[in-house]
Amino acid sequence: MNFLKKVMFALSLVLLTSITVNAADFDYQLKPLKVADSTYVFVGKTEDFSFENGGNIVNTGFIVTSEGVVVIDTGPSLRYGKQMKAAIKLVTDKPINRVLLTHHHPDHFLGNQAFKNNSILALSSTISNIKNEGAGFTDNLYLMVGDWMRGTDVLEPTGVVKPGTVDIGGHQLEILSYSGHTSGDMAILDHKTGVLFSGDLIFHKRTLTTPHADIDKWLSTIDALEQLSFKVLVPGHGSISHDKLPLTEMKDYLVWLDSTFKEAAGNGLSMMDAMKIALPNRFSSNAMLKQEYTRSVIHLYSLYENNVFKRVN
Amino acid sequence: MNKITLIVVCLLFSSIAFAQDLVNDPLGSVQWDDMYAAFLKGHPAIFDEKVIVSAPDYAEDPMNVPISVDATHLNGVKAMVIFADFNPIPLIARYYPTKAKATLSFRFKIQQASPVRVAVLADDDTWHVGGVWVNSAGGGCTVASTGRLVGDWADYLGDTYGKRWSKANSNRVRFLIHHPMDTGLVTGIPDFYIEELKFTNADGEDLAHIELYEPINENPVLSFDFMGNNLASTIMMVGEDNNGNEFEAEFLK
Repeated sequence: MNFLKKVMFALSLVLLTSITVNAADFDYQLKPLKVADSTYVFVGKTEDFSFENGGNIVNTGFIVTSEGVVVIDTGPSLRYGKQMKAAIKLVTDKPINRVLLTHHHPDHFLGNQAFKNNSILALSSTISNIKNEGAGFTDNLYLMVGDWMRGTDVLEPTGVVKPGTVDIGGHQLEILSYSGHTSGDMAILDHKTGVLFSGDLIFHKRTLTTPHADIDKWLSTIDALEQLSFKVLVPGHGSISHDKLPLTEMKDYLVWLDSTFKEAAGNGLSMMDAMKIALPNRFSSNAMLKQEYTRSVIHLYSLYENNVFKRVN
Repeated sequence: MNKITLIVVCLLFSSIAFAQDLVNDPLGSVQWDDMYAAFLKGHPAIFDEKVIVSAPDYAEDPMNVPISVDATHLNGVKAMVIFADFNPIPLIARYYPTKAKATLSFRFKIQQASPVRVAVLADDDTWHVGGVWVNSAGGGCTVASTGRLVGDWADYLGDTYGKRWSKANSNRVRFLIHHPMDTGLVTGIPDFYIEELKFTNADGEDLAHIELYEPINENPVLSFDFMGNNLASTIMMVGEDNNGNEFEAEFLK
């Protein structure tokens, strides 16, 4: 390469890089949606992690109380956490009172660093899950969403929250400890407003994910959620609901998944055979159906095989 | 490390020694010529849609990627070679379905996005090659097995759990063998894997055998479809790993 060509090459590289960066701008465009009195949600896309969405596929939220703001989940990255904090500032001058994490999946807690001066609370099982798996999750998200993750690292919760009702600035927040989606799933019911933050115990019109799922426990948990009285349901993924229909739909899919895998393993189907099973039409309005079903085969099918296999030596 | 170097050197050398005009690779992999030279030389190769290879687009768990092969549209299948071009150890298995259908299902480890291929030697003495791309975030081959991490693998080594489905048009055996299947690519853990499994009927007649290599998953789960004429017989399996441990199991009808 002669000198001129070298310069041109370098220039075009610089130009290309700047175009790419400007296009993304790393702005999650977080707009708080008011779902009840003093209660807001940042509604994420019903997609998988991608360079395009920067990992904004999750619902996070906050409650403005007279004693400060209660933040529920911190999103997938440091940038998200910071932008969330800035968006909260536009709604209220009140300081952050505390952060509550619903569970240990990376899209729900990797924004923690933006709240490093606050108390960040989670169930004890969630804290140990973050210690064990947080670093792996972070590496994986860097691979899936790229530079949106810049500067993001695991910041462990500062303390354990115990189940029960706590009054924060006139909001009686009931901390509910469940499992099923993971081994530690927190739901938060605000008795003042009737808003239930379900975390990923509920996906609404977005197919549920199962990397740490226990279907039996998840079904019992949804039974328990059905007993609660709430006016507004904020699912971990998907649109806000004002009735219990999402719970029924979740149970329908989980029961179908369980019986389908049981039957497939009983009939000697391999994992790939199981992946090719036709999915019922009634689930087709749920985003990511085929992709999440395929992932669920990988996550769960071997358990069903093991129930069928008997010792042969 | 030595092992990777050796494989790379072998592949480079063989590509020079056996360079020849090969048909265009539908998966567009720069490694195809080297793969041919390493595993398939001796017979011509064609890309053939009759070799149906199924694997997910994305390796959700790079330690356990499921794959199924169906080459029953070819006649007189003698052998199948399964390999992933970009794996540090590309060769996954060689299968010889003497009295079994030309089908196979199992799981394997993938290190990075790679074409995953099955070459099937049919009665025309030609390799019929099918394959798919599997994307991966990476890390399947250089991660220690769970048994190593927990440290209890020796308690279960060789324990086999399985089931047989014998029906009019299906004589399927599926099983799981407890084995760490260490690749040798993790520092301080030498390669340790099941090398061969042989299947016979009650009269000792050969039904099929398979050679397994390091990329097969920890605690391998495999599915075989035997011919219907052995429906009534017990199917016996014997196997061996590269440390001389022997395994056996029986699948009653």
